[in-house]
Amino acid sequence: MTENGQPRTIGEGVKGISRRTFLKGSTASLVGMSGLVAALQPLLKLERGEITLSDLLQKHYKELSPNQMDRIVERLRQKCESEYGVVPNLRDIKPQDGVGFAYALNLTRCVGCRKCAHACIAENNQSRESADDISMSYIRVLELDKGSINLETSDQYYDAETVPREGKYYMPVQCHQCRESPCTKACPVNATWQEADGIVTIDYNWCIGCRYCMAACPYDARRFNWEKPKIEADQINPDQSYLSNRIRPKGVVEKCTFCLHRTREGKYPACMEVCPTGARVFGNILDPDSEINYILRNKRVYILKEDSGTDPRFYYFFDT
Amino acid sequence: MRDYITFLGRIWLLSWRGSWAYYAWMVLLTVLALVGLRSWSWQIVDGLSATGMTDQVSWGAYIANFTFLVGVAAAAVMLVIPAYVYKVKAMKDVVLFGELMAIAVIVMCLLFVTVDLGRPDRFHHMIPPFGKFNWPISMLSWDVIALNGYLLLNLHICGYLLYSRYNNRQPTKRFYVPVVFIAIVWAISIHTVTAFLYVGLAGRPFWNHPIVAPRFLASAFSAGPALLIITFQAIRRFGGYWIGDEPIFFLRKIITVALMINMFLLGCEVFTEFYSGTYHVASAEYLFFGLHGHDSLVPWIWSAIAMNSIALVMLLSPLTRKLGWLNVACVLLFVGIWIEKGMGLIVPGFVPTPLGDVVEYLPSVNETLICMGIWAAGALMYSWMLHVAIPIMKGELRANPGSD
Repeated sequence: MTENGQPRTIGEGVKGISRRTFLKGSTASLVGMSGLVAALQPLLKLERGEITLSDLLQKHYKELSPNQMDRIVERLRQKCESEYGVVPNLRDIKPQDGVGFAYALNLTRCVGCRKCAHACIAENNQSRESADDISMSYIRVLELDKGSINLETSDQYYDAETVPREGKYYMPVQCHQCRESPCTKACPVNATWQEADGIVTIDYNWCIGCRYCMAACPYDARRFNWEKPKIEADQINPDQSYLSNRIRPKGVVEKCTFCLHRTREGKYPACMEVCPTGARVFGNILDPDSEINYILRNKRVYILKEDSGTDPRFYYFFDT
Repeated sequence: MRDYITFLGRIWLLSWRGSWAYYAWMVLLTVLALVGLRSWSWQIVDGLSATGMTDQVSWGAYIANFTFLVGVAAAAVMLVIPAYVYKVKAMKDVVLFGELMAIAVIVMCLLFVTVDLGRPDRFHHMIPPFGKFNWPISMLSWDVIALNGYLLLNLHICGYLLYSRYNNRQPTKRFYVPVVFIAIVWAISIHTVTAFLYVGLAGRPFWNHPIVAPRFLASAFSAGPALLIITFQAIRRFGGYWIGDEPIFFLRKIITVALMINMFLLGCEVFTEFYSGTYHVASAEYLFFGLHGHDSLVPWIWSAIAMNSIALVMLLSPLTRKLGWLNVACVLLFVGIWIEKGMGLIVPGFVPTPLGDVVEYLPSVNETLICMGIWAAGALMYSWMLHVAIPIMKGELRANPGSD
């Protein structure tokens, strides 16, 4: 800064500030502060209890003591009641010893009726605009041209009333519960992992919503809660578990868990139970007498995107 | 310690001194940044449905800008290497401006990642010991370390050099020169690791090939220095600090070579995709020609290629020995690379989806305002840093003004 050609250091200048600088500075900071308040004002619209201290202090799933888990489950139960008007039977169900789940789907039998995709929505409490909105379903049924398995020419939006159509066949795709799962590798915070029975789960209370897992998944199996889930009280399935179908918070990723709240208690997944053609076979791969074990040993089995090295627990097979 | 607090106090006072033009510029940027902040507040309330992203295209403008800017931040090494490795005097005089820019740009990168999070309130899950950091498995965890590390290295270098200058002391070499050399390697690593974020995904063939990382570096080393060329002229015009033409034309050589390599690698990519014509060509087809009637990126990518080609021809011709033309070339290639490496890289990775579904992406207004706000915040931060750093570099702000 030179004044009248005389060099003067700011060091001297800033010892005392001029009235002009003071006025300019204080006006600017005043305007700035009010601008800041205006910028943050939409946050007042956040729902009560959307971000709570206990949520912020929660530890990672694998480090929770049974007591802490009980308290979290209780909190979630109350939240479901106050926000959605339903008291769920919510619990944290652990994997059973000696069980490794696998799923096989018979491409010869599947007719593409999409009943599995609808059953998935009814079972898993995904967000929906209306009762028959299956955009958040964990199952996407592809209609493919006979003669090849080219996903690129597949159609997910075909009319399910007129199936099966001439020259077409159908391939439902859901989470493949990969043994070498790209999604769990991608997650920067270990919010998703593979359980002892092979199911890949997500802790919705831990996910930061970066969606790197969605980019990593070769099967388009993951869904994101772009907004707070919308679901009417009469459509809520109250049979819920912590790692599977409890109503998700906004801003987290979710996916198929082989209906672990059912399958870990000896029931079949909802999509299998509803299938009218018996195209779906689910079971314990570690049990040598199970049907799934028989199929994997004796049928012509196809693994979708085998070249991506994911080693999935979901198989397709052919009858004839 | 007391001296350091006095130093900070003086910096604080100095921030408020300035012409009306300085005030107008800073107020404008502040307003834009606050508009962005307000849009982000809305996004926090409404969720990421306030953006144009979908389950099919689950990353968009935020990650596109992030990817581009990591490159700009890394490009500071194109000043550091000539200055410290080859000891080019002209570059040594301006190297600090590049390092300060790296700081501002890295902060922008961190902001872009933060606004992309569905649960920014759980940010601490990434910070040990509060969280559970998936290191070394997740490439994203590597990127968090790389970016924050680069920020710290540059903060140390700039802070130390400026504070020494303020105290009228010769900086002690062993306190910063080793850090400078670490920062050189680190700069390469931030952009490599960012490329590996995409390259590591076997399910996305558009990204899953080894040329992405080298191409990232080549495009970064042309876009970053192009921005510096323009910045240098702005500094000597408005910042009251004389920068000669030498560093500017030094950078011209660098961007010419880097842009040539970038275009060459683009050619390699295009050849591999289209000549072999496997299923995997679908994303590239979508980008360059449109797929099943969906073609919203096509005009963008061809403008980007046109801009880069024109810039390259200009840079190779004697025309750009004149500053005016050089600036035109710089703007063209900066925008060209921003398109090509931002939306042109991120969106086609998701189109078609791994199951063959084609869903297009268009950023929402709110999302665009957030992006604009972050760019403004970055410019605000860089302007402020220049505003306080230049008087220190010129020796106008000293601990003991009369001592020399």
